[in-house]
Amino acid sequence: MGMLVSLRDWVDARFPLTKMWEEHLSKYYAPKNFNFWYFFGSLALLVLVIQIVTGIFLTMNYKPDANEAFASVEYIMRDVEWGWLIRYMHSTGASAFFIVVYMHMFRGMLYGSYKGPRELIWLFGMMIYLALMAEAFFGYLLPWGQMSYWGAQVIVSLFGAIPGIGDSLSLWIRGDYVISDVTLNRFFALHVIAVPLVLVALVVMHILALHEVGSNNPDGVEIKKNKDENGIPRDGIPFHPYYTVKDIVGVVVFLMFFAFVIFFIPEGGGYFLEPPNFEPANALKTPEHIAPVWYFTPYYAMLRAITFDIGPLSSKFLGVIVMGAAVVILFFLPWLDRSPVKSIRYRGPIFKTMLALFVISFFVLGWLGTQAPTDVKTLMAQVGTAVYFAFFLLMPFYTKLDPTKPVPERVTMGSH
Amino acid sequence: MSGDGVDTSKRRFLIAATTVVGGVGAVYTAVPFVASWLPSERAKAAGAPVEADISKLEAGQMIRVQWRGKPVWIVKRTEEMLQALPTLDDRLRDPMSKEPQQPPYCQNPVRSIKPEILVLVGICTHLGCSPSYVPEAMPQPYDANWKGGFHCPCHGSKFDLAGRVYKAVPAPINLLVPPHKYTSDTLILVGVDEDQGAA
Repeated sequence: MGMLVSLRDWVDARFPLTKMWEEHLSKYYAPKNFNFWYFFGSLALLVLVIQIVTGIFLTMNYKPDANEAFASVEYIMRDVEWGWLIRYMHSTGASAFFIVVYMHMFRGMLYGSYKGPRELIWLFGMMIYLALMAEAFFGYLLPWGQMSYWGAQVIVSLFGAIPGIGDSLSLWIRGDYVISDVTLNRFFALHVIAVPLVLVALVVMHILALHEVGSNNPDGVEIKKNKDENGIPRDGIPFHPYYTVKDIVGVVVFLMFFAFVIFFIPEGGGYFLEPPNFEPANALKTPEHIAPVWYFTPYYAMLRAITFDIGPLSSKFLGVIVMGAAVVILFFLPWLDRSPVKSIRYRGPIFKTMLALFVISFFVLGWLGTQAPTDVKTLMAQVGTAVYFAFFLLMPFYTKLDPTKPVPERVTMGSH
Repeated sequence: MSGDGVDTSKRRFLIAATTVVGGVGAVYTAVPFVASWLPSERAKAAGAPVEADISKLEAGQMIRVQWRGKPVWIVKRTEEMLQALPTLDDRLRDPMSKEPQQPPYCQNPVRSIKPEILVLVGICTHLGCSPSYVPEAMPQPYDANWKGGFHCPCHGSKFDLAGRVYKAVPAPINLLVPPHKYTSDTLILVGVDEDQGAA
């Protein structure tokens, strides 16, 4: 026995190293028909690592103090060796994280990956999405620019819409009568410690749940139903080396795009870093036009779309409810979908139409959320909001009515 | 189990009792952590009244002072501005200022102590942005029939030159008139009621 083998055996007797390696990589059998859409899970993990590493290095020069925060970010950008690169990796990473996660979620919707027995994977994933939104929101205050300040002011005031306790709740979150140094300090603590811990724990749970039930695939066929004499799914291939190698290709292509943005358009045309944020926060003057970063704009457009009261409920309260419901309703997807098939490949025209309308409404709302409100745009946002909710609320009916095609016994693959 | 001399019901009771007592302890331990998020003594002390000098304020102009970290606007309205106010009543949600968004001494058609001097907290009642002062009575992209007032750039809420909210905008109620009093003809103390001490 070689030295390394005996070392491995020594460790294995004390820690389940080989067991974990086999369970999650070398003997984790994933369907052999993964396509393009299956890159985004591993890419999300990559971006998480990028954010944690760049974030740790940013805290070494950043000052979470209302008098120093803005200047310390400028110091990182101008004076710290390679500080600009680390900072742009982090700020671009935030947008990349949402692009990757939105693609990953859309993959789940295409192939019905949220359907039984994978409901918990979807729920953990949605909790990751929520934690990610919180993480992005807290992080956006830290540069202490005009958009940081007024964005936080708007979002914290959302809690003020809750009848009765609302005002004391927003006071408690801010720790002051307005967003101030106190707020900055606690958001920093949440951004660098609390939420990242939760995020990492949820990612572990997401992957453990996935490896327990096994991955879905573009055909929505359960590969575990067809195993060979050794108990290995006939349509499965070991994650390592097959998918680790495939994912490396995805990583390389992703990093090409990522590096291009960092080096050539780090502000993302005003969408990744908004122009007003290059001015320090000023509590007495709201920027002419406030818009959140692009990944929140669909929800922001829905918030603004509610301009009418219903009975005793004010438009402000209803707007907040609609915005919250737009996120919460995603959690219920596994139980709203009553279709007997998982994958879009075997679904009928109604689901395909509804999914297309949903995607269009999400993009249109996302665009509207970046625009200043006018009568026509408010009307468009109202229509978009209606379509967004119709996709979910009518789902139990149209997924049942929709004609389906027969699902094959085994996964299908095009020739290579 | 009973054969081993284990009293199952006693064991269950002890487990339940320990869990409850431990749980109560955990909840009490959370109190200091939750309470540490409330405004500190320093933040509360910073909420003291502030003085504004309006001796140099021209008709139609606005000055801003900071009170409790919030912008407070002081506008000297012209005669035309005051005359335009009643003509807007049917376009407003709360033209008579019935909601308690002003001290009782400002619950009048112009929402002020002296008719021409308007004092407002410059924070939109929708989501806390600071609206822009657009005093000119001329058509605007958001209102072809604009009579002058405040427009919120965040979500398009509109208020007239008494801080009264328009109908069909996201903001639910009128802008807040803070407690204030005149210490002389040209000095306003914001944060203190007319006949009382600090609010």
